[in-house]
Amino acid sequence: MNAKQIDQQTLLRNEADPLTHTPVHLLSLEGVGKHYGNIVALRDVTMAVDNGRVTCVLGDNGAGKSTLIKIIAGLHQHDEGALQIMGEERKFTSPREALDAGIATVYQDLAVVPLMPIWRNFFLGSELTTGKGPFQRMDVQAMKDITKKELADMGIDLRDVEQPIGQLSGGERQCVAIARAVYFGAKVLILDEPTAALGVKQSGVVLRYILQARDRGLGVIFITHNPHHAFPVGDRFLLLKRGKSIGYYDKKDISLDELTAQMAGGAELAELAHELEQLGGHGDVVKEVQAEVADVTHSAETPRESSPRHA
Amino acid sequence: MTATNTLKRPAAAIKDERIGKRNPLQKLLGRPEVGALVGAIVLFIFFASVSQTFIQPNAFATVLYGSSTIGIMAVGVSLLMIGGEFDLSTGVAVISSALTASMFSWYFSVNVWVGVVLALVVSLGIGYINGWILMKTKLPSFIVTLATFLMLTGLNLGLTRLIGGGVSSPSISSMDGFVSAKAVFSSSVNIGGVDVKNTVFIWIALVAVASWVLLRTKVGNWIFAVGGDENAARAVGVPVKATKIGLFMAVGFCGWVLGMHNLFAFDAVQSGEGVGNEFLYIIAAVIGGCLLTGGYGSAVGGAIGAFIFGMANKGIVYAQWNPDWFKFFLGLMLLLATIVNLIVKRRAELK
Repeated sequence: MNAKQIDQQTLLRNEADPLTHTPVHLLSLEGVGKHYGNIVALRDVTMAVDNGRVTCVLGDNGAGKSTLIKIIAGLHQHDEGALQIMGEERKFTSPREALDAGIATVYQDLAVVPLMPIWRNFFLGSELTTGKGPFQRMDVQAMKDITKKELADMGIDLRDVEQPIGQLSGGERQCVAIARAVYFGAKVLILDEPTAALGVKQSGVVLRYILQARDRGLGVIFITHNPHHAFPVGDRFLLLKRGKSIGYYDKKDISLDELTAQMAGGAELAELAHELEQLGGHGDVVKEVQAEVADVTHSAETPRESSPRHA
Repeated sequence: MTATNTLKRPAAAIKDERIGKRNPLQKLLGRPEVGALVGAIVLFIFFASVSQTFIQPNAFATVLYGSSTIGIMAVGVSLLMIGGEFDLSTGVAVISSALTASMFSWYFSVNVWVGVVLALVVSLGIGYINGWILMKTKLPSFIVTLATFLMLTGLNLGLTRLIGGGVSSPSISSMDGFVSAKAVFSSSVNIGGVDVKNTVFIWIALVAVASWVLLRTKVGNWIFAVGGDENAARAVGVPVKATKIGLFMAVGFCGWVLGMHNLFAFDAVQSGEGVGNEFLYIIAAVIGGCLLTGGYGSAVGGAIGAFIFGMANKGIVYAQWNPDWFKFFLGLMLLLATIVNLIVKRRAELK
C-alpha cells in the first residue's frame, strides 16, 4: 500500500498493481509513439496511472507533453505502441470516446466558453435533462444547484453561477474545470499545465485540488514543466525530452533536486552560471546559481547509477 | 452534515462584500436584446409622433406583417449566428424553395402539397449541404455560403426558364391543393376588425420555439458553445458537426416557411428575386444583439431586429417621406447596434 514500497521494476511491468491490488493498471502506455508526417513528435513512451495516484509528466517546451495528452484524450491517435484502459487495449478516435472511457482532460485553455455562464459550462456536453421526447429540456435548477454544491465542495467560493465564466480568475476557472471532471465520474484526470499561468498562491490552490482529486480515488496525470510543482504532489514522474522518455521514476527513487537536474540538464545550468558571471552580474546571484549547479550536478550523477532508467 | 454546511457557507457568501445586489434594471441591461429593445421603443415613439396613421390598428398590422416576412428568416439566421456561422444564401434559398414547389407541381400536374413537401426536402437539403461543406472543408462560412448563393441564383433563373419557359414560375392558383395550402401559408385572421396576416403568428411561434430550444434544451447549450468556442465545445464532447449542420438546416426550414408564404400569397414567383434579402436577415439578427463572432445573442433579439426593420420600412411611408432615406436609416441602426453589442461583449469578457 505504501508508495515507497513500489519498486521501479514493478512500475514498468504491466502486472499486478501493487498500489490498488487490482490486476491491471487503470491506464497504461506501452512504447507509445506518434509522428506527424515525417516529424516524430513522440516515441517509445511508457507510463502507468492508478487510482489515487498522481503521475507527473515533466518536460520543457516541445518535449511532447501536449502530444502525449492529446493521444490519451482522444484528439490524436498513436501510431506505435499500446494504450490500455484496465488492461484492455484502446485507441480513441474522438474526445467523446475517451470521456466515455472515464478520461477527462482539463486543457491549458481549459475548454470553457468564456461568454457562457458557469453552470452552462460546468454541464456542457453532459447536460441534465427532464421530460420526454420533443419536450425534453434541461433541468436548469438542478444544474445550477449541483454546480454550486460541487464547487463549494472543492472549496471554491463562488459569487454567482450565472456569471460568464470569462469573468473568473485563471485559478478559479481551473478549479471549475477540475470540479467538472471530478463530478462527471472521471477515473483518469489529465491536467495540462494547470499552474503555468498562475501566481504562487493560485498555484498552491490548484495543487491542493489535485490532491483532493487524488484522494477521491482518481488517477491523475499532471503535466507541467515545473518540478517544484510536480514533486510535492506526484507519485511517479515521467520525464520527456524532445519527444522521448528520458526517465520514469517512483517518488522514492528520486529527489526534487535530481528531478530538476534531469529536466534542465546540469551542464546547461553551469553554462548559465558562467554566462551570468561574464555579464558581471550580481555577485550573490552568481554564487547562488553556482551553488545550485554544484548541488544539482552532484545529485544528478547518483541516480543514474543506482536506478535503472527507462528509455 | 458537512456537505450541507459547505453548501450553505458560500451561499451566504453570495451576499457578502464582493457582489452588490444586482437590481432588476441592471439584470435587464445584461440581456443581449436590450439595445434593440430600447431602439425599437425609441423608433416606435418617433414614428407615432410624426405620423397619425402609424398607430392605427390597420397600419400597425401592416408593420407587423412586414416585420414577420423578415422575422421568420431572422429566427433561423439568429440561431446560426449564435452558433458562430452565417449564411449568405438565405435570400435566394427562399426563392429556390418557392420555385421548387410551384414548378414541380405545375410540371407534373400534381397536388401542390406534393410540391410543398418536396420544397421542404430541398430547403433542408440546401442547409445540409452548406453545413456539410463547411464542416468538411473548414472554410469560412462566408465563402461557402457565398458560393451557394451564386449557384442558387443561377439555378433559379436557369431552371425556371428551362422548365417554365419564362422568368417567373407559372401561376398555380387553379391547381389542386392551392386553396388549402394558401390557408396554411398565407391567410388572414380578423382580430377586432383588423386583418392580421397569419405569418405574424407563425413568426411569433417560431420565435417562441427557438427561444425555448436556445435557453432550455441541451441543443441550445451546444449552439452557444459551438459559437463561443468551437474547440472547447468539441473537447468536452459536444457534437460540433451535427450542431452546425442542424443550424443550417434550421435556416433552411425557415426559408421554406417564407418561400411557401411568398408562393401562396402571389401564386407565382419571380426567379430573380431574393438577392440581397440575406443581408436584411443578418441585419435583423445583428441589430437584435447577436454577435457576428458567435456565442452570444437571442432569438427574441432577432425578432426585435426584424420589428425595427418593419417599423422603419413602413414608418417612412406612413410619415410620407421619401423612401430613399430608408437604407440610410438601416445602415445607421446597424452601426449603432453593432457598437452596443461590442460594448456588451467587452464588459462580459473583461469586466
